[in-house]
Amino acid sequence: MTNLLILQGLNGLQFGVLLFLVAAGLTLIFGVMDVINLAHGAQYMVGAYLAAAFTGLAGNFLLGLVLAVPVALAFGLVLEWLVIRRLYDRSHLDQVLVTFGLMLMLNEGVRILWGSAPISVDLPEALSGSIPVWGTLRYPVYRLAILGAGLGVALGLWWMIHRTRLGMLLRAGASNRAMVSALGTDINRLFLLVFGAGAMLAGFAGAMMVPVISAEPDMGDTVLILTFVVIVIGGIGSIRGAFVAALLVGLVDTLGRSFGPILLRSLMEPDMASQTGRTLAPMLIYILMAAILAVRPAGLFPVQR
Amino acid sequence: MRLSDRAMLVTFAVLLPMPALFSAMGEPFLTVVLTRALIFAIAALSLDLILGFGAMVSFGHAAYLGIGAYAAGILAANGVTGLEVQLPVALAAAGAFALVTGAISLRTRGVHFIMITLAFGQMAYFLMSSLSAYGGDDGMALAGRSTLFGADPFGSSLRFFYVTLALLAGIWALLRAVTRSRFGRVLTGTRENETRMQAIGFSPFGYRLTAYAISGMIASVAGVLLANHAAFVSPSYMGWARSGEMIAMVVLGGMGTLTGPVLGAIAFILSEEALARLTTHWRLPFGAAVVLAVLFTRGGLLGALRGRR
Amino acid sequence: MTPALSVRGLTKSFDALKVSDGISFDVAWGELHAIIGPNGAGKTTLIHQLSGSLAPDAGRILLGGHDITRLSMAARARRGLARSFQITSILAGLTALENVALAVQARSGSSFRFLRQVARESALNDQAAEALAAAGLAGAEDRSAGTLSHGEKRQLEIAIALAMQPKVLLLDEPLAGTGHRESAALLDLIAGLKGRLSIVLIEHDMEAVFALADRISVLVYGRLIATGTPDAIRADAQVRAAYLGDEEGA
Ligand SMILES: Nc1ncnc2c1ncn2[C@@H]1O[C@H](COP(=O)(O)OP(=O)(O)OP(=O)(O)O)[C@@H](O)[C@H]1O
Ligand SMILES: [Mg+2]
Repeated sequence: MTNLLILQGLNGLQFGVLLFLVAAGLTLIFGVMDVINLAHGAQYMVGAYLAAAFTGLAGNFLLGLVLAVPVALAFGLVLEWLVIRRLYDRSHLDQVLVTFGLMLMLNEGVRILWGSAPISVDLPEALSGSIPVWGTLRYPVYRLAILGAGLGVALGLWWMIHRTRLGMLLRAGASNRAMVSALGTDINRLFLLVFGAGAMLAGFAGAMMVPVISAEPDMGDTVLILTFVVIVIGGIGSIRGAFVAALLVGLVDTLGRSFGPILLRSLMEPDMASQTGRTLAPMLIYILMAAILAVRPAGLFPVQR
Repeated sequence: MRLSDRAMLVTFAVLLPMPALFSAMGEPFLTVVLTRALIFAIAALSLDLILGFGAMVSFGHAAYLGIGAYAAGILAANGVTGLEVQLPVALAAAGAFALVTGAISLRTRGVHFIMITLAFGQMAYFLMSSLSAYGGDDGMALAGRSTLFGADPFGSSLRFFYVTLALLAGIWALLRAVTRSRFGRVLTGTRENETRMQAIGFSPFGYRLTAYAISGMIASVAGVLLANHAAFVSPSYMGWARSGEMIAMVVLGGMGTLTGPVLGAIAFILSEEALARLTTHWRLPFGAAVVLAVLFTRGGLLGALRGRR
Repeated sequence: MTPALSVRGLTKSFDALKVSDGISFDVAWGELHAIIGPNGAGKTTLIHQLSGSLAPDAGRILLGGHDITRLSMAARARRGLARSFQITSILAGLTALENVALAVQARSGSSFRFLRQVARESALNDQAAEALAAAGLAGAEDRSAGTLSHGEKRQLEIAIALAMQPKVLLLDEPLAGTGHRESAALLDLIAGLKGRLSIVLIEHDMEAVFALADRISVLVYGRLIATGTPDAIRADAQVRAAYLGDEEGA
């Protein structure tokens, strides 16, 4: 039981860290640029496909990963330049529609290029084993690596936001857009940068996940919705909120799926418990979100604006 | 008469003889396609009440379509095919879901509202996906066509078409009255300027929530029709892409006009159908069309008809 | 007799800035009470707290003796507190008549009526047309509010407030940005209202204020430094030093 708890706890954290990578970009794009981007999940998918494609070319996943990240960044920059910058002075409704259209295009584009079947990628030898973490319990090295990489990015983001001039601009931009332009910053370049970075982080998350879940069309949709839940819970525009909420959602979702039925079994018959558990588990995070919003409509860490 | 009303009457007049025309052309299947478009026109109309008149951008509207479809599907699976039972159950379920989720969502504004309605829509989606007794992820075939006091309103594609058209006309007239009533004026006022409405003594919440519930209930009627049309019920009716498509129908048709969403839905479903015949990858040109239409036109189809804005 | 409006120890800070610093004053029934003070003194913030769009940090607000401090803006409006906004706030997509008819509708019966056409309710339209005419907007009924001129929008604000038939009317710089003719008309209108309802008037036009007001309160850096009749205020040394002196010296 303890082993299962630790195992699922680690799974939950790893899932949370992954959500954070995607959510960080989305929340910054909204906080700084006031743009709601439904194509953000598709950028996660693009990252996954890029990693799969480059791994195929290079014959090595790590090399594929290293190649995928800058291309994901470039992809984001091009997207901003082509479409997103036309949305800055548009209503949220227009933004929703345009990025929704983009998402349809990207999902379909991927289908045209790579087909509908999932593409899987093998891990290099060095990362494919597992190591002992607690007594007899072993955990895959690669999943620990994802966890580590995610935490590393979170730390890097924290440092950038609180210790650099760029970070100061971002914080100012999230709470007071007029001030940033008053500071003499080229707002267009800042926006381009933020959007590119967001795309890169989402792409990085997708690329890292390829060996675990393989790349397939529409894989970004689920992630996008979960990411929405994360940034709504955390408070839109808040990186810290996104981090806390991502881990919360990752843990609640993972633990709920494995322990929900077990806990319910003490309340009802086994058959009933597993059926109820299966029904409730995927809804848990939405219930969590509803509960948090009922108390704090602007999320856990509301950004003043 | 306003332009919007005139355009609507013309639309109805054009729709009325379509089945005869299609069978004369030797393409009776087109009647079935057009019926599907009319079902979505009802759904788009319902969304327009909150989106166009109340400025509530709900991204979870497909959930109500699904609730209606599952009300028909689950009841039929249990031997209850009468619309006299199915419709009230669908309306009650949709109304209840709208009141509960709306009460939470409407505490928020703007992007928060968009994302929360989206999340609640997904919640409904997962709920239905987990109902293994009713097909789970895969959905289930409708156990029997809906009846009305023993009659068979969906028995032929012709009858189905005219029943749907009549329902659409009735709902259009109902919403036309609602949007011009006291209630409708308050709703429009909160869309224009919430603070001003509070300053003259209206608390917007109750009006918004009521509109939200009415809208969801009407969408559930479309859901009951959709289940019969496809003879199938599946969680995919409630997916978020559906919700996005419904927003596109309303906005590209011309929101806040009642006629616009009807035209938008018909144009949307027909072009979806046409593109799907040309290529399996129809979503690519389709997405591109949505992007371009929003970026380069304003006011929707109806706005274009007006030749201004 | 209980005053129409009493304010007791109203305090509000934005971070370190004290915008309302223990403000207390009364407005009698039918009194026109002007509040003057330099830019940034906290006049609009005071109106926001009175109308309920901002919550005070401390203090109480009484309308006809009833504590309304915790009530929402809408609830205060329903109890007879109307306001105009310094920055014009109207329903731009509706016609002028619809703007005002909504204010009538708010105080006459339920608005949860779904089928009858509101445009045909002559009781609403007649009263709305009357308020529009009183505010000098006769003939503008069917124009879209967004297309009115700036001065006309200010008049519309007043028409909306009048249509609410309030006990207490809060006017935040009703003359701001209006032309000479329009502002003369608005002043006539306000003068005509005098005695029929209690008015709190915020205005930078000193000539108008001293001509119209029964009493004047002077607000400087969030504090009321004097309250009195126009003559008393004109003579008050502290006021002259803090405020009027600058204007006359300038
Ligand atoms: N929401 C807010 N947050 C922070 N400071 C504010 C806020 N609103 C107003 N202030 C500050 O409070 C002070 C008082 O503002 P207020 O608008 O009440 O002044 P006022 O007397 O109405 O000025 P004016 O004559 O220019 O209309 C000003 O310094 C203003 O900058
Ligand atoms: Mg002011």
